[in-house]
Amino acid sequence: MSIIDILKTASGNLLQSKLRTFLTVIAVFIGAMTLTLTNGIGSGISSYIDSQVASVGAKDVLFITPKAPDAAAGVSSDAPKKYDPNQVTGTSAFSGRTESLLTDKDIAAIKAVKGIVSVDPMRTISASYVSGASADKYQITISQFVTGTILPMVAGTVVDNASSQPEIVLPYNYSAILGFSSDSDAVGKTVTLGVTSAAGSLSEITATVSGVEERTLVQGGASTINTKLFDAVYAVQSQGLPAAALNKYPTAIAHFDVSYTDAQITDLKATLADKGYTGATIADAIGIVKQIINGIVIVFDLFGIIALLAASFGVINTLLMAVQERTKEIGLMKAMGMSGSKIFLLFSSEAILLGFWGSFLGVLAAMGIGRIANNYASSHFLKDFQGLTLLTFPPQSIAIIMLLIMAIAFLAGTLPARRAAKLNPIDALRYE
Amino acid sequence: MSQNVAAIEVSSLKKVYGKGESAFIALQDISFAINRGESLAIMGKSGSGKSTLMHLLALLDSPTEGDIAIDGTKSASLTGKKRDQLRNTSFGFVFQQFFLNGNSSVLENVILPLKIAGIGSAERNRRGMEVLKAVELDDKATNKAVDLSGGQKQRVVIARALVNDPEIIFADEPTGNLDSTTGGKIEDLLFELNKKRGITLVIVTHDEDLAKRCSRVIEVKDGRIIKGA
Repeated sequence: MSIIDILKTASGNLLQSKLRTFLTVIAVFIGAMTLTLTNGIGSGISSYIDSQVASVGAKDVLFITPKAPDAAAGVSSDAPKKYDPNQVTGTSAFSGRTESLLTDKDIAAIKAVKGIVSVDPMRTISASYVSGASADKYQITISQFVTGTILPMVAGTVVDNASSQPEIVLPYNYSAILGFSSDSDAVGKTVTLGVTSAAGSLSEITATVSGVEERTLVQGGASTINTKLFDAVYAVQSQGLPAAALNKYPTAIAHFDVSYTDAQITDLKATLADKGYTGATIADAIGIVKQIINGIVIVFDLFGIIALLAASFGVINTLLMAVQERTKEIGLMKAMGMSGSKIFLLFSSEAILLGFWGSFLGVLAAMGIGRIANNYASSHFLKDFQGLTLLTFPPQSIAIIMLLIMAIAFLAGTLPARRAAKLNPIDALRYE
Repeated sequence: MSQNVAAIEVSSLKKVYGKGESAFIALQDISFAINRGESLAIMGKSGSGKSTLMHLLALLDSPTEGDIAIDGTKSASLTGKKRDQLRNTSFGFVFQQFFLNGNSSVLENVILPLKIAGIGSAERNRRGMEVLKAVELDDKATNKAVDLSGGQKQRVVIARALVNDPEIIFADEPTGNLDSTTGGKIEDLLFELNKKRGITLVIVTHDEDLAKRCSRVIEVKDGRIIKGA
C-alpha cells in the first residue's frame, strides 16, 4: 500500500467514528493550546526585553564598579565586611550600604586594560526642576546619554554627545505640561533646567530639545542629556563641594572593542576582576529578569505537557478500540497480503493524524486567543508598556510544538499499532 | 507457470495445536496435489480439519510438519514478504461471512487487494469496474456495501477475489449464508470462472450438492483424508 493510500485510509477510518475521534482530538487540542500560549507569552516578553535592552545601552558597553572585597570570585556574601581605612567609600543610593567608589586612578587603570576603548566615570547628577514654554516648573530625572544607545523616539532625534550645544531628550509625557502644543512642536525649542549646587544656591541652564522619547520599561521616564549639558549641570552641582568629595564615582562606563565575541567579553571581565573591578554588560543585568521569565514559562509548559500526557492515553484508548473493532478488517487485509509493517504504519498514521489535527487546531485557537489578548492588554493593563506584544508566535516554535505533539501521538499509537500488526490473520478472521 | 507442475502439492502435512499433554492433532498424513484448472471440493463435518487444511494451502498458516509447494516452490523457503506477495497476486479469497467494509462503497471494497499491492488509483478503479461488470454489479459500484442483499454481497466478494487476476480462488463455505436459489447463482458464477478463465477452485464445504459439481472431492475426517486423495 502506498503512503498516500495509507494516509487516506487512516483518515477515512478516523472519520468513521467521528465522535470518538473528535473527543480525542479535543484532548490533544487542550495540551497544544496551553503549550502554544505559554510559549507565546515567553517569546513575547523575551523579545520585548531584548528591545528594551537596546534602549538602555549599547552592546559594547561595560558598567564597571569596584569589586566588593569579600565578594571573591564573583560570589556575593551577606557576611559583615571588615572596615578598611584605605578603601574609598560612599553610601549607595539603593541599598544604603557602604560601597567602594572609583577614583581617577582607577579610571586610568581600567583604561589601560587591553580591549577597553574608552572609559568615562558615571557621575550622578540631578536637576531640581525643568520648565519650558509655560512658567510651570516640574521635577525631572536626568541621565547622561551613552553613545550607541538606541532610544525609541516619538519625535525628533536623540542628543549628540559631540555637539557643542547643550541638548536634551524629553520623556514622552513632558511636552504637553511644559507648554508645547505637541511632541514635534517641542523639538528644537529650549527648556530651562534648575540645578542646585552643593552650597545650596540655585542656577538655571538652558538646553535645546533634540527629541521626545517613547515610554519604555527600563528607562522609567528619565530624560537623556548630552555631554555638553551634563558637564554644565555637574559643574553647577559641584560648586562648594570639599576637595575630598570631588572625583569619586560609584560606576564607570567603558566601551570595549565592538568586534568582541562572547568569549572575549568573558575574558575581559575576568581581567577586570583580577584588577579588582566588576564589569557587567547590559545583557548581564537583564539576564536575570529573562531567567525568571523563562522559569515561569517552563512551569506553565509543564502544565501543557501534563495535559498532553493525559491526551496521549486518550490516543492509546481510541486506537485500542479501533483495533478491537477492526480486527476482522485487519485479518482480511493481512490475508490479502498486507504486511505487518504496513498495518503498523496504518495505525501509527491514525495516531499521528490525531496529533496533527489536535495540535493544528490548538495552535490556531492559541493564536486567536493571543490576538484578542494582545488587543485587550495593549489597551488595558499593559497600556503603560509601549511596544510590548504580550504573546508572539514565531513560526519555528509553532513548528516545534506541532512536531513534538505529533511525536507524542505517534509514541502513544505504537502500542495499539503493534497489537494490530501482530494479529494472526486466521484468528482475526474468526474473531467474534 | 509451466504446465506439468501442480498448482499446489502437499506431502505428509501435519498440523498440531498446543504442546505436550494438551497437544491436539488437527491434521496428519495429508498428501495430494491440485492440478491447474481443477475444481476441488474439500468436504467434511465441522471440526474435521477442512478449514485448517484450506488455511495451510492458502499460506495463511504454517504446517507443523510436511511441506506445501506452490507451482513447485516450497513454501518453507518463502520469506514472509514473498508469502504476502504471493497471496496478494496469485490467490483470491471468498468467505462465508463476506468480510466487506459496510461503510465503504462497493468499488472501494473490490479494489482493496490492488490498493494493498500499491497499484495507482486510475488503474485499480478501471480494473475494479471491469470485475464488477463480470459479476453484473457495475451499477452498484458507488453504493455502500451494507445496503446490498446477501447474494449481491457474495458477488462483490467474488469480484474482490477476481480483481487481482488470481490463479487460485479459495472459497470457504461460499454459499453457507445464502438461500438455495441465490447460492445456486453464486455456484454458477464460480464454476463459470473456473471454466472460462481457467482459475483453479478450492472450495471448502459440507454441502454435498456443491461438492458434486466440483471435478474432484476430498473428504476429511478427524484430521485425515478418507476419500479422494
